[in-house]
Amino acid sequence: MADYLLSLMTFLPLLGMLFVLFIPRDNDGLLKGFTLVVTLVTFAISLPLAFDNVFAVSGGMHYREFHEWINIGNFFQMNYSLGVDGISLWLVMLTTFIMPITVLSTWSAVEKNTKGFMALLLLLETGMLGAFVSLDLFLFYIFWELMLIPMYFLIGIWGGKNRIYAAVKFFIYTAVGSLLMLVAIIFVYYYALQAGAPVAGGFGIDEFYKLNIPYHAQYWLFLAFAFSFAIKVPMFPLHTWLPDAHTEAPTAGSVILAAVLLKMGTYGYVRFAMPLFPDALQTFLPLLATLSVIGIIYGSLVAMMQEDVKKLVAYSSVAHLGFVMLGVFAMNMQGMSGGILQMINHGISTGALFLIVGFIYERRHTRLITEFGGLAKSMPVFATIFMIITFSSIGLPGTNGFVGEFLALMGAFEGGLRWYAVVATTGVIFAAVYMLWMYQRVMFGKITNPINEKLADLNAREIVVMLPLLLFVFWIGFAPNTFFEKMNPAVEQLLTQMKSRQVAVVDTEKPVIADLIEIK
Amino acid sequence: MDANLVQEAVNNVNWQAIMPSLVLCCFGMVLLLVSVFSERGKTTHVAWLSVVALIVTGFVSLSAWNNPQAGFAGSVVLDNFATFFSLICIIAAGLTILMSDAYLKREGYSVGEYYPLILFTTAGAMWMASGTDLMTIFLGLEVLSVSLYILAGFFRGQTRSNEAGLKYFFLGAFSTGFLLYGVALLYGVTGTTKIAGIAEFVRGMPAVVGNPMMIAGATLLLIGFLFKVAAAPFHMWTPDVYQGAPTPITAFMSAGPKAAAFAAFMRVTIIGLDSIQADLSALFWVLAVLTMIVGNFIALSQKDVKRMLAYSSIAHAGYALVGLVAWNEIGLSGILFYMLVYTFMNMGAFAVLVLVGKQGEENLTLDGMSGLGYKRPFMGVALCIFLFSLMGLPPTAGFAAKFYIFAGAIKAGYIWLAVIGVLNSAVSLYYYLRVMVHMYFKDPQEDFGWVSINAATAVSIIISIAGVLFMGILPGPIMELAKLAGF
Repeated sequence: MADYLLSLMTFLPLLGMLFVLFIPRDNDGLLKGFTLVVTLVTFAISLPLAFDNVFAVSGGMHYREFHEWINIGNFFQMNYSLGVDGISLWLVMLTTFIMPITVLSTWSAVEKNTKGFMALLLLLETGMLGAFVSLDLFLFYIFWELMLIPMYFLIGIWGGKNRIYAAVKFFIYTAVGSLLMLVAIIFVYYYALQAGAPVAGGFGIDEFYKLNIPYHAQYWLFLAFAFSFAIKVPMFPLHTWLPDAHTEAPTAGSVILAAVLLKMGTYGYVRFAMPLFPDALQTFLPLLATLSVIGIIYGSLVAMMQEDVKKLVAYSSVAHLGFVMLGVFAMNMQGMSGGILQMINHGISTGALFLIVGFIYERRHTRLITEFGGLAKSMPVFATIFMIITFSSIGLPGTNGFVGEFLALMGAFEGGLRWYAVVATTGVIFAAVYMLWMYQRVMFGKITNPINEKLADLNAREIVVMLPLLLFVFWIGFAPNTFFEKMNPAVEQLLTQMKSRQVAVVDTEKPVIADLIEIK
Repeated sequence: MDANLVQEAVNNVNWQAIMPSLVLCCFGMVLLLVSVFSERGKTTHVAWLSVVALIVTGFVSLSAWNNPQAGFAGSVVLDNFATFFSLICIIAAGLTILMSDAYLKREGYSVGEYYPLILFTTAGAMWMASGTDLMTIFLGLEVLSVSLYILAGFFRGQTRSNEAGLKYFFLGAFSTGFLLYGVALLYGVTGTTKIAGIAEFVRGMPAVVGNPMMIAGATLLLIGFLFKVAAAPFHMWTPDVYQGAPTPITAFMSAGPKAAAFAAFMRVTIIGLDSIQADLSALFWVLAVLTMIVGNFIALSQKDVKRMLAYSSIAHAGYALVGLVAWNEIGLSGILFYMLVYTFMNMGAFAVLVLVGKQGEENLTLDGMSGLGYKRPFMGVALCIFLFSLMGLPPTAGFAAKFYIFAGAIKAGYIWLAVIGVLNSAVSLYYYLRVMVHMYFKDPQEDFGWVSINAATAVSIIISIAGVLFMGILPGPIMELAKLAGF
């Protein structure tokens, strides 16, 4: 089974979707139950990956699958090439893990057209998993675009008042970026063929990693890739679609968007944009790091001013992703693995925050902070869980957020982005301000609105939804090594590879900021 | 006429080379007779017989695959290129007929001549694709156009349809005049109307390229073709004609005849005018960009879905022109692939519109589509698939086709053209998405009680979906065929 594990995992949701299409549309329970089972089975299939020690031993790609897919003589060849390494491993696990939780969260939230909702969720899961495990850029692109379609409908059909605007904006922003990336992908492909890469390699990144693309080409190619991924992350100033999409999306959509889809952008940087064009990366690094820091500060300040809890969480995402990017751009062990861990953390805590917003929205049909106050009295269990997640989002020691942010900042500090790190650290303080202030206004104080007195606490299903997330908040918080030991070899290999390719640049007398690279 | 020439022409007869169109014309004439004896309103059997005729013709065409036949003193050749385009036209005609029967009954124009006219159009299209002599191409173009003029104005009781027919006729006749004048001038310079002969003459005497008569001839010829493929700035007729013509005919025009025009256009430019390739590429660069921009940007402001698709078809002609700019193997066979894909996705989209249209007023506003996705789930999903394909989103065939074309452009070094092309695709997202916004994100305003699906149209939609998904997920086999069919 190991030979086909990734394919099975990726396409099981798609298969499930086909079955969903044949379930009667009014059988709400069966639709949700079946989807839950499919996502749980997918999670079960992916579990062996998490326990496989091979990732701790070697940083390369494992569980590889390779089939020729499209082969048109001397025109081009595309391969169905899958694989997973320590970097994508945890993103894959995050995806399969968050999906059943998301499905559970829809139990009472989605009543309109459940069939369509479940079908789209499953299609989305296939798209996300496929994008994380693709080793062929063409295949990656297909999955990458495939994710757009279900998310567009999830926001547009089940979203809030302003959903049409948000859905179209989300779609067009993301698609514009990826179309430019497509041109760059084709260019790299032809460059590779010209440089003597084997035709059978197709659009495989193994071959592309070996290329020595001249700097002036890298410059533009990197721009195209970086632009596309920066929209998805999203980095300031391309983030404006995010608050709209997050706020208007249904809870399940927001959770997936925050937990997984945003990671596509950061993952894209780590897997494609940075290692493929290491020279151009040097040129753009200061700019990208600056934008990350602006994202942190700007996101935090705007979050502070929000009246709507969901918008607040959305802007906090912009800030959190800034930490991820800053860590990744540090290009050293701590920064990179801290950044990657922070991707997972953000998935868990922000996913959880959106679920929490969903809980109170279901009860009150409003998300305005002023409508609440004193909820801690009527909803003690909710208050506890909310508190823990808030701490995790702020990055309190003992929670997952601390480990990731600390490492990312430390990596940046040591890796030549010293002043960026210093400025970014103020973002941690801002995070405490906007999160705690929001928590205080929503949960503490006197109950001013009598409706809030009678609010029901979380029911069993809602607690079940939150428990796995809480488990990982503390697991990563106290024992991050479980995750690092399988991630580090891959990160090390990635850094070594980038470093070794930049050595070649020194020979050609290109300006190099060599001190950025510190491999421990 | 010189007796020797006549003798030579007789010796050169090769019925094999025109067999497919011959078969189709015979069927067409028989069906004309059949339709004379069939009652108005009871023409379903003519439709089915036409489908049979197309299937038979398809198999006859296929027999010439990898077995090229030339005949009639080299004025006709049935090579893979011609066969590929013939098959595109046959598929387009078949899908058109499938969606037409119930539609004609609904509109009260169920007359038998309709189907033979489609067959004649297809035959003309096949001549255009296989013509290697400018006169043969002209003959094919005329057979095609005259049949289409009638079809565009087929609803004689409707002003819009009359307008479409008349407009198409006047402007079409005008452009044919350009084409013919161009042929005459080229004949005056080179002494031949054979495409290969012109190329040979120019190779033997490169200085002739600068000859004003040669330039004028080539320009007029190109204008004639650009008019037929609806490239900007010769696109003005398209929106009105597409909007006014009966919807299945609009679908047909945008796929079959357009593909045929591209076929002749490609043969003339690539074989006949290859000596001025650099100039032509530069010219087509401008035209491709202009066509894409005009099509996409004007489509943005359309409220009528049929008219929007007309502008989108202009934009798609622009994408196809990108392949011609590239002028390499990938770009050129990319055009073949694109035309086939476009046939499926556009015919499919129009088939849904055929069903959704109300009797007498088939022009659909966007608001009129509100909530269609809930009231008619199959049509909604089908139209979504076609629209995603028109956008060029994976895993549909539209993506594979655009990929193919743009890969050709990038390989030939036209990176900015590819960038402009994908940015145009990005613009197109908006107006295609808007249809979906209405279908799914807005509440139904009408109950769509008049919309009922019939087996034949459903078959055409399902065939189109199958084509769009198959060529999207496994484009390999068809791309391979397109490659073999390229020059």
